Amino acid sequence: MNEQPALDPAAPLTPTGNLRRRRAVSRVAESGATLAAALAVGVLGIVVYSVLIHGASALSLDFLLEGAPNGIGPALVGTAEIVAMAAVFAVPLGVLVALYLVEFGSGRLAAPIRTTLDVMNGYPSIIVGVFIYILIVEPTESQSAIAASVALAIIMLPIVARGTEEVLRLVPDSMREASDALGVSRWRSVLTVILPSAVGGIATASILAIARAAGETAPLILISSNNPGISVSLNPFEAVPNMPGTIYRLSEEANPEGFARAWGAGFVLLAFIMAANVFARILLNRSRRKMAG
Amino acid sequence: MKIEERGYESRLRSSTLRAVSTAASPAAPGSVQPSRGRSADRRRSLDRFGDGLLRTVCAAAAVTAVGILVLSAYQIIDHASPAISKFGLGFLFSTEWLPNFGIFGAGTLLYGTLVSSFFALLIGAPIAIAIGLYLSLLAPKGVRGVISPMVEMLAAIPSVILGFWGILLLAPFVHKHVEPFLHDTLGFIPLFGPPQTTGASIFTASLILTIMIIPIVASISRDLFLAVPRDVQDGASALGATRWEVVRGIVLPTTSSGVIAASLLGLGRALGEAIAVAQVIGAGEAIKNHSLFETGDTLAARIANQFPGAITGMHKASLYYCAAILLVIGLASNLCAQWIGRRFDYRRAAAR
Repeated sequence: MNEQPALDPAAPLTPTGNLRRRRAVSRVAESGATLAAALAVGVLGIVVYSVLIHGASALSLDFLLEGAPNGIGPALVGTAEIVAMAAVFAVPLGVLVALYLVEFGSGRLAAPIRTTLDVMNGYPSIIVGVFIYILIVEPTESQSAIAASVALAIIMLPIVARGTEEVLRLVPDSMREASDALGVSRWRSVLTVILPSAVGGIATASILAIARAAGETAPLILISSNNPGISVSLNPFEAVPNMPGTIYRLSEEANPEGFARAWGAGFVLLAFIMAANVFARILLNRSRRKMAG
Repeated sequence: MKIEERGYESRLRSSTLRAVSTAASPAAPGSVQPSRGRSADRRRSLDRFGDGLLRTVCAAAAVTAVGILVLSAYQIIDHASPAISKFGLGFLFSTEWLPNFGIFGAGTLLYGTLVSSFFALLIGAPIAIAIGLYLSLLAPKGVRGVISPMVEMLAAIPSVILGFWGILLLAPFVHKHVEPFLHDTLGFIPLFGPPQTTGASIFTASLILTIMIIPIVASISRDLFLAVPRDVQDGASALGATRWEVVRGIVLPTTSSGVIAASLLGLGRALGEAIAVAQVIGAGEAIKNHSLFETGDTLAARIANQFPGAITGMHKASLYYCAAILLVIGLASNLCAQWIGRRFDYRRAAAR
């Protein structure tokens, strides 16, 4: 360390020796990281592209309107019904849980609830299916749309609750304090000040949850699978045909025509989910900007 | 407990605002009560009722969420009890699953679950962490704004579509190109045995699971890396560290527990995935010679495959037993992730 080489003012400023090696290592790491990101985008591209290519050829108006075995009309209606009912259960419940966490919960009580939401978020969906089978299908001895929507609601609940919690925390405390200072009671300020200013974020979370629930398959094959989907049925106390279940059933049968229909159904489902995700993202950005500005 | 994680009321109670808020509240003893009419009285009692109602309803919703979780665990274990009492813990190791003879054992399933998820994590976690690094440190802002949502979009693809794509397009590709290559180069390891007749295998299932866990781990680790203080990184750069040395020396060590927690969350997702795995793993019945290229089955996939057709009580009970095992493993990895993640939070809070 003591023997510094004599400084040569004319030496070129290019790395030599050890520094050259370190630079090379760094560059390899950088390109590795870039490659990994490209890989993920590439996989997304390949999956979406193949669904697009194979699905588009199966698509037609008849395909969207007719029942099985030619079309997916009843399955579309059934999925819409199940998911809508699930949203009716999950969105209010999720918002209330988030309100509890943000407005009322003390540290000791909120911790187990937050843990519960995190566990629910990682809960295998097949377990939810088994649970609802035990809870509803077995006692009533029949599969039903309502049971399916309860299962989907359990899957949606943590998404709605955590998303709402996040956006409620963005509501500045000064608004709550201003409301307090004016003598407004807590319930009025929650309903007229806090929730309205968070409504964009709540909508985002709900749409994301709906997109997730629409593609959820595992619970449905236990709870709402014995309807072949020949005609539209809306009775909530019977099994209704649904999109993910249809794709799953067609994919398990080794039938090329069925595969074509499965691609078509996959195309419709994926298009809906992607559109919902993009829409949710736009909504989130807009409400963030509104809240910041 | 971080202070901002508490509810507004709870914070209010312990803050300096307390004096103000209690003075403003009508019930506070000793406060000056202005004279008021009957309609104000009615409004006040309505407000008190409304406050109590809202708080009770919110608390009830929160308790419902906890209740659902506890009840589901109880119900599944309760329904599994015939199988638990008949097969005991030997169920975990027995590899015989013969519904027609009433003999059940989840050894094969447990093996398939652990092996497929382990390999998914082994491939997926490094890629996901690299993506997180790229998105947080390398990518120009415009590019990040495009690629970040795309990575998250990968998580939005429904598992049934991913599985369908897997069995029709990925599996034949893997069977024709990847498996022979791996067998030729790494065939001395028994895991990489000769390719089988189709591409449906534990290996293909691992690849599908890899695709599923990458977006989860990548987006969490991106957020972790973004939270590493910029000035420390700049300081290291000023001392002559290369970008990689900044990552090795500062970014990864400060976020290591968070990254581990993210990987555990990804693992939990992989362990519990039923549909996509059921589609590509081939529903194999036995562990033949530990080759990844043979068909296998996982706990979740077996439930999805056989539950609708299970007729005998013991068959159902055994599937419930599988669900209970899955529940325990999934819960363990999830709680572990939360515990590690929270410890990480504490340390960061203490460092501030």
